[in-house]
Amino acid sequence: MTTAVSSSSSLSSRAKTWWTILRISLEERFVYRGDFALGTLMRFLPIITQVFLWGAIFAASGNNAIQGYTANAVVAYYMLTMISRAFSSMPGLCSGIALQVRDGEIKKYLIQPIDLLGFLLITRVAHKLCYYAIAIIPFTLVFYLCRGFFENGWPEATVLVAYGLALTMGFLLGFFIEASLGLVSFWFLEVTSLVFVYNLLNFFLSGHMFPLDLLPEWANQMVRLLPFQYLAYFPAAVFLGRIEQDELWFGLGVEACWLLAFVVLSRVMLNRGIHRYSGFGG
Amino acid sequence: MPMALIELNNLQKTYRVYQKKEGLRASIKGLFKRKYKEVQAVRGIDLQVEQGEFVAFLGPNGAGKTTTLKLLSGVIHPTAGSATVMGHIPWRRENDYRRRFALVMGQKNQLWWDLPAQESFRLHQQIYGIEPDTFQHTLDELSDLLGLRELLSQPVRELSLGERMKMELTAALLHSPEVLFLDEPTIGLDVVAQHNIQQFLKYYQEKRKITILLTSHYMKDVAALCKRVVIIADGQIQYDGSLSGIIDETTNRKLVTLQFADPIDKMLLGSLKRFGHIVHHEAPRVKLGVTRDDVPAMLTAILDAYDIDDLIVEEPPLEEVIADVFARVSETSATQSELGLSRSNDTQVGEAE
Repeated sequence: MTTAVSSSSSLSSRAKTWWTILRISLEERFVYRGDFALGTLMRFLPIITQVFLWGAIFAASGNNAIQGYTANAVVAYYMLTMISRAFSSMPGLCSGIALQVRDGEIKKYLIQPIDLLGFLLITRVAHKLCYYAIAIIPFTLVFYLCRGFFENGWPEATVLVAYGLALTMGFLLGFFIEASLGLVSFWFLEVTSLVFVYNLLNFFLSGHMFPLDLLPEWANQMVRLLPFQYLAYFPAAVFLGRIEQDELWFGLGVEACWLLAFVVLSRVMLNRGIHRYSGFGG
Repeated sequence: MPMALIELNNLQKTYRVYQKKEGLRASIKGLFKRKYKEVQAVRGIDLQVEQGEFVAFLGPNGAGKTTTLKLLSGVIHPTAGSATVMGHIPWRRENDYRRRFALVMGQKNQLWWDLPAQESFRLHQQIYGIEPDTFQHTLDELSDLLGLRELLSQPVRELSLGERMKMELTAALLHSPEVLFLDEPTIGLDVVAQHNIQQFLKYYQEKRKITILLTSHYMKDVAALCKRVVIIADGQIQYDGSLSGIIDETTNRKLVTLQFADPIDKMLLGSLKRFGHIVHHEAPRVKLGVTRDDVPAMLTAILDAYDIDDLIVEEPPLEEVIADVFARVSETSATQSELGLSRSNDTQVGEAE
């Protein structure tokens, strides 16, 4: 990340700053432990509908497999996208930024020697760590109970490494896309409808709802040109071994490019936005 | 001539505000074509503040006080003019500058709402790179002075407004800023909390010799703390000097209260009007506003003619004098805009797509 504290401060003191922010936001998250536990549990309810839905679809089609997906594989896919989403979704990030711009809390980052994006990223890492710390229990349980849907068992080590990379970049990509959206609030105070459109696109184009390779070829080609697939489809497809070796590293490379693009975009938007804010608003 | 610690030269700030007319039709029209009004919040302020001064900004709402503080803390940048604080241009927002000042806004919260203030302080320690020993020492000192020790581990949301304000002050002072901007630090506080904060600020400023600019609507804050007062109204400085000087310079009235031994009748009141106007009258007392130079002659005449039990000669209350100054400013600007001299707020209405 870019410098959050003065450039003169050493790397170790910067690391210490990040660590403090992380620790404090962890503490803050644990204040709401009840909300967490409930939110985590509710996440698993859709699995049941998915099992029934795809059972019905396959029964109606009379085929054992659609585009290489068996009914079991689709459920496995769906469960894996839940993990992708646990990394890439950023509840409250965009609206949080908009709120800070609107009620002027953003001033804090102008007055104190601290970088807004870096700060938000660290607090988001803390949110996620908190979430995983609690969610790992039900996730493990559900995956254990549903292990039958994974017909191919565990993937090989290189695929697992690629999977880890895809998830990590998925987290960062999700963060920087939503941060960029939130920063639009420097120009338009209200971004709710923008978030709505984004969530809608995300829902369909990320592969959250169905595997993207079920789409007709032309649609599939188009969706592949967008960054959304990395938020849900791509990591899941990697895990399921649906992506060939050489395509795998290429895919990760493209994901890294998208990530870089959104890092730069959000940075430019922040600088311009602050400039505009300090020129007109306050 | 050496530069003052804070120096403002012809500082100006104009905001552009979207003008929406009433009604749905106007709203739809506003989607395509918007009218903006230029609001000149600050219209050319020149000011020098030396190291160690405690200066109060007084002025009616919307006078430009807060805008000036925002300019000086680098949150916004000016439309014209220049300013330096400790040699830095604030709106460049260099980290070196940001480590040397603090801004406390009475109506804004900087602490983490759900966590004890202690945690926010730790974060400040890291953000400002404060050495652990210095940090602990400063925190101990501040929490003792403000009586916060027992409250440090309580979530901020559970604190009273007064306690929270003290925490905000502590957070702002942890990195020992050399310049402190306070925007209505006692707003909404009860008398005791207000007094506590005044006492603290006074002590701290005298001890550390830091430079403080304060805006407040409470004259008590100002009277207790600041030797120097800057009255801002209509985006310009109307007065800059000592607090007592305001009265000398802006009014030539004294208040004379007379307590009569005999009942007051209409005739008496009528004859009193020769000396000045009657501010208040409730038997057996009459309060008169009298031109300063006339006071001795008036007293001689009255003591000669009537039986007086008690007599008080005093300055008019500060609030009144300042309100007079504010009122005079808005009157002049109103007259000038009627005459087409265009100094009022809404002079330039521009259109933009």
